[in-house]
Amino acid sequence: MARIILGLVAGLIFGLGLVISGMSNPAKVLNFLDLFGTWDPSLAFVMGGAVLVTLVGYRLVWARGAPLIDTRFELPAKTDLDPRLLSGAAVFGVGWGLGGFCPGPALTAIPLGASGTMIFVPAMLIGMWLARQAPAGLLTARSAQS
Amino acid sequence: MTEFTPVASAIGGAMIGLSAIMLMLFMGRIAGISGIASRLLPPVAEDYGWRLAFVVGLIAAPIVYQQVSEQPIEQTVSGDLVLMGLAGLLVGFGSVFGGGCTSGHGVCGLSRLSVRSLIATVVFMVVAFVTVFLVRHGLGG
Repeated sequence: MARIILGLVAGLIFGLGLVISGMSNPAKVLNFLDLFGTWDPSLAFVMGGAVLVTLVGYRLVWARGAPLIDTRFELPAKTDLDPRLLSGAAVFGVGWGLGGFCPGPALTAIPLGASGTMIFVPAMLIGMWLARQAPAGLLTARSAQS
Repeated sequence: MTEFTPVASAIGGAMIGLSAIMLMLFMGRIAGISGIASRLLPPVAEDYGWRLAFVVGLIAAPIVYQQVSEQPIEQTVSGDLVLMGLAGLLVGFGSVFGGGCTSGHGVCGLSRLSVRSLIATVVFMVVAFVTVFLVRHGLGG
């Protein structure tokens, strides 16, 4: 039960952060990405604020040695720059540049009810599902052959 | 045009950081939305409870915001449904295939000083800049 409440509160704070920062508005994201047009630097302040707080907060948390209601910190162990990481990030970048939504803001935007959001979110979930079906060695095997 | 909002954006960003710290402090988890959401799809992760609750919280946020602040939330979303469908598909596939999105690689990864996440963030940022440039200024824009 504690996990459910924590998840709910963390999700709510995250979502409120997205709304207050203006990131639930794809126009603001697209204007950040439009360096040579109607540039709006706000997104840099969102990332800056988030990273600054998290950078410090993570270190204070890790100094405890273990999380409060779990046994250990689940941190990604991978360190290699594999083709999966690079191609995935590139594909994500194209979609982000086309729609102005990344996964968090798209979900948070659901109650605002825009027709574009109502198409984007189900398509995003299908894309996520497809990526999870892709075999682990999909790109690594191919690049090793070439 | 959208208004440049450095203060509101930095405050909102700090709240996103606070949420990330909460998940790490209590459960030792990274606040990556693509990871949290995608593991609710089949095959569903065993620890789906907090993930589902997190997504419910994300979706409830604008409703709570409007109730409390009584301010409208400004939003302009493209009405080109083919474009938005394609964009959604690419965002969903790319973020899960690449192991993270703006939150997992961007916020949490950069805060962990992960080189993988830094590279991923640079790649999706640069590709997104180029995509917007081509759409708005390149292809008859």
